[in-house]
Formats: sequence, C-alpha cells, structure tokens
Amino acid sequence: MNKENLKAVSVLFTIILLTPLITSLLDVNFYLTQLTMSIYYAIVSIGLCMLMGYAGQISMGQAAFFSIGGYTTAVLTTINLIEYKGSFLINLLMKLRVLVLDKNVYDNDVLFFSPWVTFFFAIVFALIISFVIGIPVLKLKGHYLAMATMGFGIIIYKIVKGTKILGQADGISAVPLFKILPFLSIDGDISNRIENFYFAGFILLLGLIILINLINSRVGRALRSLHGSEEASNSMGINTSKYKLYVFMLGAVFASIGGFFLTHYNGGIGPSEAGVMKSVRYVAIVAVGGMANIWGTLIFGILLNFLSLRGVFGSLDDAVFGAILILVMIFAPDGLIKKRFLDALIVKCKIIIKKIQLKLNKEGN
Amino acid sequence: MNLNIILQYVFSGITVGSIYAVIAIGFNIIYNTTGIINFAQGEFVMLGGMIAFSFCKVMPLYLAIILAVIITGIIGSLLELIFIRHLKKPSVLQMIVITIGLSIILREIALHVWDEQVRALPFFTGNETSSVNILGANISPQVLWVIGITSLIVIGLTLFFKYTIIGQAMRACSENRNAAGLCGINTKAMVNISFILSAGIGALAGCVVSPLTQTTYDMGTDLAIKGFTVAILGGLGNSSAAVAAGIILGLIEAFSVSIFPSAFQDVITIGILLTILFIRPQGIFRSKQFAALKEF
Amino acid sequence: MPLIEVKNLSRYFGGLHAVDNVSFNVEKGIIKAIIGPNGAGKTTLFNLISGTINVTSGKVFYKDHIITGLKPYQIAKKGIVRTFQNLKLNQHMSVLENVMIGRHIRSKAGFISGMLNLPNTWNEEKKIREYSMKMLDVVSMADKKDITVANLPFGQQRAVELARALACEPEVLLLDEPASGLNIYETKELSELIKKLKTWGLTILIVEHDMSLVMDISDDVVVLNYGEKIAEGQPDKIQKNKKVIKIYLGDDDA
Repeated sequence: MNKENLKAVSVLFTIILLTPLITSLLDVNFYLTQLTMSIYYAIVSIGLCMLMGYAGQISMGQAAFFSIGGYTTAVLTTINLIEYKGSFLINLLMKLRVLVLDKNVYDNDVLFFSPWVTFFFAIVFALIISFVIGIPVLKLKGHYLAMATMGFGIIIYKIVKGTKILGQADGISAVPLFKILPFLSIDGDISNRIENFYFAGFILLLGLIILINLINSRVGRALRSLHGSEEASNSMGINTSKYKLYVFMLGAVFASIGGFFLTHYNGGIGPSEAGVMKSVRYVAIVAVGGMANIWGTLIFGILLNFLSLRGVFGSLDDAVFGAILILVMIFAPDGLIKKRFLDALIVKCKIIIKKIQLKLNKEGN
Repeated sequence: MNLNIILQYVFSGITVGSIYAVIAIGFNIIYNTTGIINFAQGEFVMLGGMIAFSFCKVMPLYLAIILAVIITGIIGSLLELIFIRHLKKPSVLQMIVITIGLSIILREIALHVWDEQVRALPFFTGNETSSVNILGANISPQVLWVIGITSLIVIGLTLFFKYTIIGQAMRACSENRNAAGLCGINTKAMVNISFILSAGIGALAGCVVSPLTQTTYDMGTDLAIKGFTVAILGGLGNSSAAVAAGIILGLIEAFSVSIFPSAFQDVITIGILLTILFIRPQGIFRSKQFAALKEF
Repeated sequence: MPLIEVKNLSRYFGGLHAVDNVSFNVEKGIIKAIIGPNGAGKTTLFNLISGTINVTSGKVFYKDHIITGLKPYQIAKKGIVRTFQNLKLNQHMSVLENVMIGRHIRSKAGFISGMLNLPNTWNEEKKIREYSMKMLDVVSMADKKDITVANLPFGQQRAVELARALACEPEVLLLDEPASGLNIYETKELSELIKKLKTWGLTILIVEHDMSLVMDISDDVVVLNYGEKIAEGQPDKIQKNKKVIKIYLGDDDA
C-alpha cells in the first residue's frame, strides 16, 4: 500500500474510532445503529465498485448476492433440528460444533447451525452461484449484460418471495445472535451498539485494505487495463474473461458478507433486500462515488444509506436514488469526487501559499 | 386438458403475448434510431393505463385513451429532450444508468400521483362477465380488443416505416446515423419522434390491457424485462419477428401456469431470456453474421 | 525453418473477401513489411495473426505449431505481441502503469496474493517496475513516467504503446501503422528505433503506409491488394514490380 492510501486508511480508522465518542457527546447514540447498517451496505457497494469501476462491467443484480448471504444464514440458523437429536449424524455435527443447542424465547430447546458455519456457507454459496452465473453472463456486453444481471436479480427475488422455506413475503425473523467473542455478539441489542459499530468498522477496514491491495497489484493493473480496452488487454496476454469472472465473484462475496452480518444485526431479512431497487441503489452509490473511486463509493455508500435509513428522504426514498443516477450520469459521469479536481485544488493552494511567502519575504527585506 | 381449456390458454397467451410484442417494438424503435435500450419502456405502459383511468371519469373512454396516448407521447418526447439529447458521446453504461433512473422517477411520480392502489379501465364492450364464444371457448371481448388493437399498431407502424417520409428517414437513421445526417435528415428530430412513437404505442397497449390485467404503479419493471425478452427472442431491432416472439412467450407463460406455481411464472420468462442471451444473442430468427454487423 | 508461416489464410465478411488465400513466411530476426492501398486487408491480416478475429479458412504456424483458433492472450503468451493503429492505451493510467501492464505475462502474482499484498509479490513488483522503466528508456519516455496518458501528444502515446509491447518481451512484434500520425522527425526516430530492436534479435512484422519508412527498414515486403497477395520480395525489387506500381499509381499508361 502506498503512502497516500495508508494515510487515508488511518484517517478512516481514526474516524471509526472516534465516532461513538462524538455520538455520545452529542447524545445521539442511536445514530450508531443506522451507521452500523450503512457500513454493511457500503461493503456491498465497494465490492461492486471493483466490478463496475475497475473492471468496467455493470451488474444490476448485486442485491441478489446480498440476499444469498442473508438468507443462507437466516434459514440455517432458524431451522430447528431438535427432533433429529440423538441420531449419529446430528451427534457428530454437535460434537464438531457445527450445530448448537440453545433455548428460544418460549424456553424450548432449539438445535440449529452455528453462525460460524453459516458464515462459511454464505461465502461458498456466493462463490458457487456467482461462478455458475458469471461464466455465461460475463460474455455479454453493455445492455445485454445489464439486462442479464437484472434478470438474474429478479429471479432470485421471485424465488425468495415465492418459496415457503424462505418465508415468502414475510421474510425470516428471529435470527439468533452471532457470538464472535465472549464480549462481542452481532445483534441489534442496544447494549452492544458500540461494540457492533466497531466490529462493522473493522470488517469494512479489512475489506477496504484487501481491495486497495488488489487495485495496486498486478491483477489490479490488469483489471484497469481491461476497463480501458478489452481488446488491448487481451493482446497483452491478459486472460480477460478469467479476470472478469474473478472480480464478479469477489463482488458477490463482499455482498454476501454484507448480507450475512446485516441479517444477524437486524435479526432477520425480508425479500425487499433482494429487489431490483436495492441493486439499483448499489449501482447509484458506485456511480455517484465516481465509478473507479473506492473512497468515493465508501463515503457516499455510508452517507446515502445513513440518510435513507434515518428517513430523511421520506417517501421519496427511491426517487432520490433515481434522481441521483440521472443527475450524476448527465452532469458528472466521473462521479462527484474527482481526483483531478482535488489535485488541482491542492496545486492551487500551494501556489497561493508560495506567493504569500514570497510577499512576506519581500516585505521582510 | 380438454380442448376448451387449451383454447382458453391459447387466447390468454396471445393476449399477453401481443402486449409484450408491442413493448418489444417500442424497445426496437428507440434502439434502431439511437442504439439505446430504454429501460423505462415498461413505465410508458403503466402511464398509459393510469392517465386514461384518471380521464375516463370525466369523459368518454375513447377520448380518455386518445388523451392518454398523446400525453404519454409528450412525456416520452420530453424525456428525450431533457435527459438524452444534449449528451455528447454517451457511453453505453451511462445510457443504461440514465434510463434506469428515468424508470424509477416515472414510477415514483406515478406512486405519488395515483398511490399504490390497483386500478383498471372499464371493459371496452360489455363487462367482466360477458363473453364471446369462439370455437367453443368462452373469451372475454376485451381479448379481441387487445388482439385487434395490437394488430392495428403493428400494421400501422409497418405502413408508417414503409411509406411515409418520416418513417423512411427513421429507417435511414437506423441503417447509418451519420450518413442519414449527411443526407440532410434531421437525426435529432428522428430520435425524438422515436421516443414519441414508442411512448405512444406503449400507452395504447397499457390502455387496452388494463381491464384484463389491471394497472399498478410498479408494473413497469416486469413488463420491461418481458418486452426485452421478446425483443431479444426476435432479434433486437427486428419488429416483425418481435410479434412472433411475443406470442411464443405469451403462450409459454400461459401454459406454464398449468405446470408451475404462478409465483414462479416470471422465473420461467427470465430463464428464457437468460438462455437466449447465452446461446443466441442475435435472436432465434436471425443468422449470427447479422448480429456481428450491428454494433452494440 | 521460418518462424511464422501463414498458409492460405482467408477471412470473409459476408461477401467481402477482406483477406483472400494469403500465404507467406517470416524468417527469424528480419523485418517484414505488409503494404498495400487502403482497404487491402492489411489490418485484417494482423488481426487474424494476433487472434483478434477468427479466420474463415487457412492456418498460421508459429514455431511449427498452429496458433489459429487460439485466444489473443494465448498468442501473446507464446511471444507474439502487437500494437494498434489507433492506440489502445488506458487513458486514465500513468505512462509507467501502462507499460507495467505489458509485464503481465512475465509475472505471476495472482488474485489472493494481490489482495493480501503478500511479501513474495513485493520483489516481483519491483522487477516489473525496473523492466518497464528500462523499456520507457528505450523509447526515450522515461522522464514522463508519471504523466497520465491522456495528457500526452499522439506521437508520445505511440511511443508508450511500443514500450508496453516491448515490456512483454516478445519474440515477434506486430506493428500496425506505427508511423501514422507522426511527423517527419518522429518517423525518423521510429525508424532508428525499429532498426535497433532488430539488433536485439526481435522479428518484426509491420503494416505501414509510409513507403520511405518501409523501404528504409524492411528486409522483405508483402504487397496486398483487395485481400490478395500480389507480390513478395526484397524492397528494391518490389519498387520495380509492375503490378505494384500499377496499384499505387493507377491503371493509366501515361
């Protein structure tokens, strides 16, 4: 990682560290809940940013992967296998800690999959599905790619909405908490708010560092070159279809992880998380962040989701994201945060400072 | 399954199929003059139904429909004028994102103007219970209206593109926009007309089908994806093939109800879309070479 | 044994025979030029050899192995690297980064080691950087390494693209109209550069319009017209070939 990125990551680290302090000073600790959720949504967006901004491939089905992560864990942790208890297989799985025994709110015994295991499953499912879908879909370009990914997203949405085990229109609720460490469990309990915020921040930083490393690596260069011209990259010996597939899968895993944690944090998931509108949101956030700008995506990902979750946009929630899409694409297709713009600003400031110094020197003489 | 039920399925398949065909033709008209896939195509259908519904309370139905078509046409024209015209060399990604944004905005406006209620225009002749007997099957007269009007749309458009100056100019644009411009054709106006046309026919389709399938503010996305499926099935830009493809898809959907639960009906359509995209992106009626010549 | 053997290569676009039954050999270590009037099928021929488009019929052999039907990246890995007539650089990346893309096939770091920034990639990155700088030095662009490509004049962008191709350490270099858009001085420099590359042992196949450049540097010339090969031979003989003179100067007996 170069100096610039190191600086930015440490700034972000500091901000995350200080946020709970600021919110408690301002007596708005309840903001932390929405901030935590926004961070999980932002993780989905930065994964998509790799695909859209750096590899130049649009995906209108990112919400599908989010819900794959969320529903995987929701189904497996709310399933009750207590009636099979005693059979050899179940006993073995219990010994291996794959299954855990607990009591539900009615004080009945429940036997379900450990979230550690479902976390693994969430990632594996996302990988498998993105692999299977990605191979044919990524052969398409432009409109066809957009429609195909959107079609995939709608299929997942309809399946979620129409399948009984996935809770149909009601979704799945009462997802148990995910105890990671003795003092840290992922759930929506108010007493754990700060720990949860820190944990989300930690996951975000981890994901961000991984992506920044990737962008600046040999593979990242190949991806950026792919965005410039697929033909030229191919002629330079870059297996473009392989890299497109890998980035697609990477984005899917990021989305799935976001979905996994948010489901545990919220204690449930509903079919709207898989809807087309959610996918459009992720695309809007990447677009407004500047496509190939992971920091812009991050900032707007947290900001817009936070405002939306706080209900600032009211009933215009979806309309705001639609308007953002149109306006950004018409007036600033490179996004609002332009590195060139910032660079120019810095240069100008330096010139002004130098002029002032010269003047002061003259006057001193 | 006895013959009567089969006929019922066939007619309902042809009905929805011809609506899909009209939406697909709407896609094609804009695609041919601009190279854009207008993701807001389904919203035109919704707007047509909604606007006609509001007007038909104060005026005769046919007048309300005419007004709805005109207003939706104007909306289509405005969208092009405001959001698309002044873009210089927009990338495909940019166009996709903009038209998706437009579809969201139209849908949200509809939500605020007409709320979430399901609405329907009255039946053009008779009512829900009236039926016509064709070959032993009882069919709603509205089905005949849908089939009749969509056929008229298709025939009218064919004549328009073949025999009117504007239609010919639009075809010239679709062959080669630069060359058409150099020949003195006002390509910008042609793009605008293509938006008006596809918005107008979308709205008309939305009106005739409203009594049967009802109109809701969020019906656009599903219709758009089905219309797109049909457009792809027939080969993008090929309108006469779209009619055949529309009816094929309509029939598949109608018969699939008897095999799969209706909740998964759309999954089948989109499954078809994906399959076609993967194995024959040039459509089922066209040679591969043709698709290679058209850029997208 | 020729290094590249083109055998009865054809490519039809519908009724258009862009390349029609063309055969020739390229010996190791020579500069071979492909010339012909506009629309003669020179660039199509290049695209066929580099795998960018599929052949209708015919074969291309490289070191006695068939390379037709391979994907462009596979052909590049075998050591045949091309440049483009209308430059295909990533406009948003710096000069050095663009050249570093050329090192892709000569390095290994994968997805996982990239994401985790594993120590074994550090050394490789350093080597990539050094080699790319060396290549930039060859085209005398080393001092502009941090400039974004979009801000460079056309001639310098060409140099960057050449450096990128050289960074692949190719055995065969395919240059598609390398002098188009260059002024006289730049063309002169280019011709010196290509001669220098020949001394490295590179085999160079070049499509070019600029006759003086072609005659100056090439050892062997193939002339195409309407997709067909009409002449092949040493430059001085080609200059005297009646058929060639006819297509360049017209049919008139004047």
